[in-house]
Amino acid sequence: MAMCNTCDDPFFVAGIALQSRLFIGTGKYGADSLIPAVAMASGAQVITVAMRRVEKGQQGITAHIPATMRLLPNTSGARTPEEALRLARLARAAGCGDWIKIEVIRDSRYLLPDGYGTAKAVELLVKEGFTALPYINPDLYVARDCASAGAAAIMPLGAPIGTNRGLRTREMIGILIEELDLPVVVDAGIGRPSQACEAMEMGAAACLVNTAIASADDPVRMAGAFRLAVEAGRGAWLSGAGVVRASGEGAQASSPLTGFLS
Amino acid sequence: MATFQEFLRGWPVERRLRAAENADSEAVLRALNKDGLRPQDFLALLSPAAAPHLEAIAQKARDLTLRYFGRSVQLFTPLYLSDICTNQCRYCGFNAKNKRKRRHLTVEEAFKSAASIAVTGLRHILLLTGDARKVSSPEYIASVARRIKPLFASIGVEVYALTGEEYALLTQAGVDSVTMFQETYTPRLYAQLHPVGPKRDYAFRLAAPERAASAGMRSLGIGALFGLERFVPDAFAVGIHAWWLQRNYPGVEISVSVPRIRPHEGDFAVPNPVEDRLFVQYIVALRCFLPRVGITCSTRENAFMRDHIAPLGVTRISAGVSTAVGGVCPGENAEAGQFEIADTRTVEEVRADLAKIGYQAVVKDWEHPVD
Repeated sequence: MAMCNTCDDPFFVAGIALQSRLFIGTGKYGADSLIPAVAMASGAQVITVAMRRVEKGQQGITAHIPATMRLLPNTSGARTPEEALRLARLARAAGCGDWIKIEVIRDSRYLLPDGYGTAKAVELLVKEGFTALPYINPDLYVARDCASAGAAAIMPLGAPIGTNRGLRTREMIGILIEELDLPVVVDAGIGRPSQACEAMEMGAAACLVNTAIASADDPVRMAGAFRLAVEAGRGAWLSGAGVVRASGEGAQASSPLTGFLS
Repeated sequence: MATFQEFLRGWPVERRLRAAENADSEAVLRALNKDGLRPQDFLALLSPAAAPHLEAIAQKARDLTLRYFGRSVQLFTPLYLSDICTNQCRYCGFNAKNKRKRRHLTVEEAFKSAASIAVTGLRHILLLTGDARKVSSPEYIASVARRIKPLFASIGVEVYALTGEEYALLTQAGVDSVTMFQETYTPRLYAQLHPVGPKRDYAFRLAAPERAASAGMRSLGIGALFGLERFVPDAFAVGIHAWWLQRNYPGVEISVSVPRIRPHEGDFAVPNPVEDRLFVQYIVALRCFLPRVGITCSTRENAFMRDHIAPLGVTRISAGVSTAVGGVCPGENAEAGQFEIADTRTVEEVRADLAKIGYQAVVKDWEHPVD
């Protein structure tokens, strides 16, 4: 029996193979110096960073990100597609690469993404050669628009950001997984490893977890727990979990209704 | 769209006081155990009935702050450009009647001061002036903003109330945030405290955040100066002002400052001092009511208080502060400040003390997304 049931099971974003299906973030830590240890424990290859936190040169938050990781700058603070594009250009100019997590948000109460603006931003960024990963509500129409505009993956929220409430949008995320040919990376709202595991069992390509790790009393240990949970969920998906009977389905009826067909 | 002033008329002072008096322990627990608090719930958390539940409210506030802001506190520093003022605010050291040497920085002097702030690593600056349009005109403030823009990620202003066109001028000059304290939301008291000068216009000041938001400002800070009005009427008014602004300008980041009046030049006796326990009750009630609102605490509070309230909801604090014009430049002979500072720590000291409690001082948390 293989020790690791998810080894050699990469998924692809813009043609790049990623072995780890856990993305992590850089915000909310009590010290940025924790980031390398968190990154190591998580096994993540992709890490988000808000451009609003990035400073010129090699100082500040980016100095703590392991050089082997792929940066995924986000456009936090953008309210329009054009603003997202400007932040993406700044990210590229700052040496943060071409992968951009698009955030277009015009709501300061719940920080919910603007689907229309996000789809438009994907179009603008892709035209300029960026690899666009849009953060959206799990809305099929918005997701399809993003996909048509050239998004490399779709990042639907499980619950409002920072709430740690888990997969409140479970049904909708399930539809995106079923309908889209792109990787679906569940982002925002995942508060416990079991919830990340659940997303992976559903067939999500990956999970992005920040608050739950950064706000834990021991972020490094929590990062390790999420790594295991994501691997477990992926393993379950790959192994074809048994069908769960809906409540009321009960056991096999002793007098089948279709028995007359035999 | 109705204005906030119209909305506030539905909550006259007497109604606020009566509702707070009538709130009971059950109302407090109901507010504590639900999400999406309404103004009535906030009032219950501010009421005397909430006092015995302070620890439980603080626990919830800490949890919310941790989830939405993490273990980080953003630092900024104020730069006083001018203490020339035509107002006679009875509680303020810059009161026009106070006999004192006044100073007004030229654009180049302001740049020199700003540069000495920038070397500390801070990337957020707040420009302040007295209310004297002839010397500290909107054009002057815009010129300072343009001059110092390369040094900072975020430029805020805390100046007299401007027109919409003037806020637009500042937006174009690179200013992204406006702080406007109403001081007190009770019109009659406001008139007594501001007997002379343009600031006397209560309604014009109250609507300033709305004009600033319409002019494209990305961030608004509001607040009352605690110690002037009784606690509940102003604490509640500030909270519902922030709530109303969030709902009506959803794309704008709203923050609330929590200043308590400090000693200054003059003979003003604080009518309604807010003691520490009530001050903390205000911060944690605000956090429960508005989980994602920024809460700013200045050096009016001492280091002990600031270090302890950071985990309870405060997300932004000033550091390395001088409230005197020219006070940030080494070797400058600054005059007395607007108020007496209670926390004189340097930026590095604030950073080190936050680290001791497991919190990180963030010096940059904004990137202007507009060219």
